[in-house]
Amino acid sequence: MSDLAIERTIAPQWLSVKLNWPTKVALGIIAVLVICAVAGHWLAPYDPNATNLVGRLQSPNAEHWLGTDHLGRDILSRLIVGSRVSLGSVALCLVLILGLGILVGGASGFIGGRTDQIIMRFTDVFLTFPTLVLALFMVGMLGTGLVNVIVAIALSHWAWYARIVRGIVLSLKHRDFILASRLAGATRVQVFIKHLLPATLSQLLVLATLDIGHMMLHVSGLSFLGLGVTAPTPEWGVMISDARQYVWTEPLLVFWPGLALFFSVMAFNILGDAIRDKLDPHLCAEHGH
Amino acid sequence: MNLLEARGVSKAYRTFSLVGATKAKPVLNHISMEIAVGETVALLGRSGCGKSTLAMLLVGLERPDRGDILFGGRSLTSLDKAGWQNLRKTVQMVFQDPLGAANPRATVKDIVAEPLNYLCGLTGQAAAERVRELLSSVGLNWAEANKFPHQLSGGQLQRVCIARALAPDPKLIILDEAVSNLDLHLQIQMLDLFEELRRTKNVSYLFVTHDLRLVEKFCARVLVMDQGRIVEQTPVSGSLAFSSSEGRALSAAVLPPMPRQLLAAGG
Amino acid sequence: MTSSTLSVEGISVETTRHGSPLVLVDNVSLTLGAGEVLALVGASGSGKSLTCAASLDVLPPGTRMIADSVSIDGSVLQRSTLRGRHIATIMQNPRSAFNPVRTMQQHARETLSALGISTAEEDERILRAMKASGLDEPERLLRLHSFEMSGGMLQRMMIALALATEAPFLFADEPTTDLDLIVQREILDLLDHLKRERRLGILLVTHDMGVVARLADRVAVMDGGRIVETAPVTDIFLRPRHVITQRLVEAHLSLYNRSEVAA
Repeated sequence: MSDLAIERTIAPQWLSVKLNWPTKVALGIIAVLVICAVAGHWLAPYDPNATNLVGRLQSPNAEHWLGTDHLGRDILSRLIVGSRVSLGSVALCLVLILGLGILVGGASGFIGGRTDQIIMRFTDVFLTFPTLVLALFMVGMLGTGLVNVIVAIALSHWAWYARIVRGIVLSLKHRDFILASRLAGATRVQVFIKHLLPATLSQLLVLATLDIGHMMLHVSGLSFLGLGVTAPTPEWGVMISDARQYVWTEPLLVFWPGLALFFSVMAFNILGDAIRDKLDPHLCAEHGH
Repeated sequence: MNLLEARGVSKAYRTFSLVGATKAKPVLNHISMEIAVGETVALLGRSGCGKSTLAMLLVGLERPDRGDILFGGRSLTSLDKAGWQNLRKTVQMVFQDPLGAANPRATVKDIVAEPLNYLCGLTGQAAAERVRELLSSVGLNWAEANKFPHQLSGGQLQRVCIARALAPDPKLIILDEAVSNLDLHLQIQMLDLFEELRRTKNVSYLFVTHDLRLVEKFCARVLVMDQGRIVEQTPVSGSLAFSSSEGRALSAAVLPPMPRQLLAAGG
Repeated sequence: MTSSTLSVEGISVETTRHGSPLVLVDNVSLTLGAGEVLALVGASGSGKSLTCAASLDVLPPGTRMIADSVSIDGSVLQRSTLRGRHIATIMQNPRSAFNPVRTMQQHARETLSALGISTAEEDERILRAMKASGLDEPERLLRLHSFEMSGGMLQRMMIALALATEAPFLFADEPTTDLDLIVQREILDLLDHLKRERRLGILLVTHDMGVVARLADRVAVMDGGRIVETAPVTDIFLRPRHVITQRLVEAHLSLYNRSEVAA
């Protein structure tokens, strides 16, 4: 074996997730989001739906830290409770997308042959759907509602994941370590779960964290258009939509939910990078640090 | 009774497409051979002659198009779940390239413990103990157990793969060019280890290789393959003498023990 | 070019492991003459491939060179001028040396483009070189891609590309390790023939003493990044002086049912 193989022994210790400060900040933001999503109703200082027309459009002050909106509702409370809708719907989307993608893509790649070709053509159909068109279609058929929006987003995104899983499975399934695993007594399903799935996970996770940003924006965007969440449910996109008419006089109304979206998307992206580095030792070695 | 047997086995590889005919590329042509308990058989031949494909068929990782593979007298097609478990416990294989044969995301401990988990029902502490024993039998210490494949040298990683193959206490090990990439002193060390297992536990080996020098040292019988057929079968006694043209071509291609100048002078 | 000696002096290669420096090649010097084969042998990890790579300044990432000088006939040359012009290279895995989406013709053009010769002359040289490497029907082969060719043919193609540059020296890093016995013999015969015919100076990195016995004129033994012994090949086999050399020769000879190591 060539001595140039020595470079492989120079890989760093990656066993602990690299907790540099951006990752810590990202984890912090996500922790806050999760806490808000889970315990929002207890944390929020005011009832997010309690209107108070007398105290409407207040600037940030001691009582309402972020001010109040056009109906006098406390913005901070609405942001906190709204995180449940944003995070919750994205989580549900992801579950659907990953589930479908892994099942269809994994089976297709593993089985191979004609079955693989047929399944892939079926997947191609879904690749052609733009999210907005599909969402409008579903809403037109089934009515507005968050569930329909989530299903629409999932249906338009899963095909990419299926293709990626299939690609990885195809490239790995003839490798000796898969054969060795079968020789060690693993059934096909065990081989898939133990060896092939982890290999796909790092790529899927990176894609998913980038998509979380898109999906959050889709949910908010569709809600902004009035297709998803219905009033008075607090949701960041709806908050931006409601605040449109006040953007010149009370720009903060648009700013706070926008900022919330911004930090959430950024936090997930940073976390995605950290997760990818942990799960993929090869990439670490290539960085050469 | 024979441990493993191939009867009239043929195999061709096909490519698939959604439309149009599929093409077939023949690799094995009506092969018959057998391995008995405690035997060391060499499968010799140049690249592309089909020896690796035959190895895959013998362990049941692929199915022959025609003919049959028999394990302990029973056809592989007739094996039930328990039968397959037994096959896997009894017949193991070591591959040529250790980097491809180890999951890059698994630690050495996980890699060696896998057959223990699935075939021997050992987990946790019991498995760890056995892994430690196996690693030491191939000359690796416990300190390497938590490392990943890319942190080991090629020689060390191949020894990990050998330890994995030894884990379920197999009765037949197929070595598919398994020591070719190791330094010579390691090759000899591994072959000595295999020889010891043969003496103490009556383990058989199918040694797929193209290095005749090792065959002379290690094997009792040689099968020569050429383009998907077995063209010669001969026992090994002293130095190898082949009658087939392929066997003689391989024999003539062996590297010399000494430089030309010394050989000419009768050194 | 009628160069007669290649000198590599004081090569050292270092890397960092766990924060502290680790020396992989320690002050290695060699000379290679025209028409001779110098075998660089040692166990895996002894630094032989790195020495080769360092001489050409193609070190893998994560390693760096400390001190070095490569000269031909006494004049020090820049690495970038050396590669492809004065020193050609062939490697262990011929398949990975070729880009699978390019034809052999495109590879040939790319290899020779650095020499600044006319396209007509490039074509002529490559056809001559392919014939000299034992490749029949070179015109047909030039249209093929690497996946349409066997390992042996690809190795011959690499040798042809090396010959076409008309470089006087060749660095061969484990050129036959991945090839089967018969192809190995053919390639070694070819290298031997080229050495005599063209007075090629070959630095042959290998871990197989059989290859050394077949091809080498002089041998340099490496261990732990240092050269521990340099001697003509007959001395290495009959009278190995260093312990590492003795071990290598002994292990090799044990395969032949005979052991001759003079004390």
